[in-house]
Amino acid sequence: MSDARPLLEVENLHVDFPIRRGLLQRTVGVVRAVGGVSFSIPRGTSFGLVGESGCGKTTVARAVLQLVEASAGSIRFDGEDIARMDAPALQRFRGRVQAVFQDPFSSLNPRMSTGRIISEPLRVHRLRPESEIKAEVARLLDICGLPSRFADLYPHEMSGGQRQRVGIARALAMSPELIVCDEAVSALDVSIQAQIINLLEDLQKELGLTYLFIGHDLSVVRHICDQVGVMYLGRMVENAASDPLFADPRHPYTRALIDAVPNPDPDYESGREIVPLEGEVPSPADPPSGCFFHPRCPLATNQCKNEVPRLDPVEPGHFAACWETGAPVPAT
Amino acid sequence: MTLLRVENLAIDVARDGGSCRLVHDAHFTVDRGETVAIVGESGSGKSLTALAVMGLLGEGLSVSGGHILFEGEDLTRISPRAHNDLRGNGIAMIFQEPMTSLNPVRSIEHQLTEGMRLKMGLNRKAARARALDLLNEVGISDPERRLKQYPHQLSGGMRQRVMIAIALSCEPRLILADEPTTALDVTIQAQILALTSRLCRDHGVGLVLITHNLGIVARHAQNVAVMYGGRVVERATARQLYREPRHPYTQGLLASVPRLDLPRDTPLQPVPGAPPDPTVALPGCRFHPRCPKATDVCSERVPEFTISEGHEVACWNAGETVPTKKGAAA
Repeated sequence: MSDARPLLEVENLHVDFPIRRGLLQRTVGVVRAVGGVSFSIPRGTSFGLVGESGCGKTTVARAVLQLVEASAGSIRFDGEDIARMDAPALQRFRGRVQAVFQDPFSSLNPRMSTGRIISEPLRVHRLRPESEIKAEVARLLDICGLPSRFADLYPHEMSGGQRQRVGIARALAMSPELIVCDEAVSALDVSIQAQIINLLEDLQKELGLTYLFIGHDLSVVRHICDQVGVMYLGRMVENAASDPLFADPRHPYTRALIDAVPNPDPDYESGREIVPLEGEVPSPADPPSGCFFHPRCPLATNQCKNEVPRLDPVEPGHFAACWETGAPVPAT
Repeated sequence: MTLLRVENLAIDVARDGGSCRLVHDAHFTVDRGETVAIVGESGSGKSLTALAVMGLLGEGLSVSGGHILFEGEDLTRISPRAHNDLRGNGIAMIFQEPMTSLNPVRSIEHQLTEGMRLKMGLNRKAARARALDLLNEVGISDPERRLKQYPHQLSGGMRQRVMIAIALSCEPRLILADEPTTALDVTIQAQILALTSRLCRDHGVGLVLITHNLGIVARHAQNVAVMYGGRVVERATARQLYREPRHPYTQGLLASVPRLDLPRDTPLQPVPGAPPDPTVALPGCRFHPRCPKATDVCSERVPEFTISEGHEVACWNAGETVPTKKGAAA
């Protein structure tokens, strides 16, 4: 399925936001929202980014979409650095990468009919002559599981699940290669969420789409993604294929995240004593020294307080940034 | 002893001169020290049911049938003043969004001691001392400093801890928690739920946990009521419900959540369609348009409850049960 060259390569990405104070709005410091994140997504696969609020996962997505500027590092799409693209290349790039957002209530214009919402990118990029647009909208609605009469409805006339289908149809209008899904199923009810997850998976198979999937629900991310990166306070702490990551998490933070998810099985849950992770995520404006996780980590040592652990392989293809559990255990 | 018994509760909303029924039949019971979960999706009527118990239904909403028996007293028949007397020291509520349910212009001390001074008649000093104890109990460090702060100075998790402290402050016998952790991150969610469960158990407080998260129910509740389209459609112990869900909707819900304890490629089987619009009349079982087992009778008559071994289900075709995947594998 995958070519030799990944579709998206993010290398050592940094995104800083200035902190401005005072009358002259002088920059008095920076918040490092993303501090050196690297990953790549082979064509036709799904990469998940997980972590708690403020971990920088959405900022990574916004950097990929060119909605915020990278302060350092590079983002290569199909081999080309997006920071060095000229205007026409950037215009093409914006069609090849599309986004589906969390809240289908606020990401669709309430004054536009579904037909106009979906056809707007086609008109802006002059992809289809006006005479073909109606048929194209009907086709897009159909592959997202909506009848063509929905083209005449407005967002308020649809349910949350239907709106999210329209959001996906709009993204598909450009025939994109990469779709960035930022919490795309988080706001939906349980029974509807499964419909949209299945739709995203079917579309991936049929159209060979590549997904960058941002989520906080670990069971959803595991279900959809082939590879998962775990972020904490702007840094990637673990990165591995889904199965090894969830079966054998190496970073204590990943372990705690997985442990915190209650399973829908009372027998299993009553026999399980979880120790909830203590404390809360520190402010990214004032992060701790060394490993950012050390104040909450049950395994923290002096080394963790002083030195930043590197994201090193612990197994082939499984990376973790932890002084205590990260290094491969030497055979005794 | 049964602390709360909700029977055939119906709630209407006034609309265009007429009225429209939003909750058709909610019923469940809660004992002291017990956690009962009410599970359902948006629009199932689970939050309205809780608000009716609190006597906090908004304008235009009214209880139009049924009973809410709290310690034997029918709350649907008492005066607003008597209901007000019960709030806080009889029944307390933890709301979903701690940012909007705390007053942004009042200090934590003011909000935490207000109830104790009004309902328990404590003076400022005694209320403040108890507030410090409560903040300690809900795991807030440096309570002296926190009392002086305002909601915006606290993190989301801490605000929800304050909400729990407020709910506990007047020693209620029953707490209603409406999606108490939906707005929080998973690790904070685990902390808050473990805390709420422990405190309710320790103080012998009955807890009604309203949620859409089936994992939370499995971890924290002893008994479960599943609501769909304004009706309780299934009621059982948590174990029975997960091992042997009888209502097709419950079965559908359980088959549509991805879970960490099953192989990654386990296919999801979503419930087709969308929940019913409460403003549109729908005869028969509210689930029939989405139900894979629906027969003619389902669209004509509201299903009656059948009970076996304490497991209640309202479905015409619940006779044969489909074991869950887990059950089949075990």
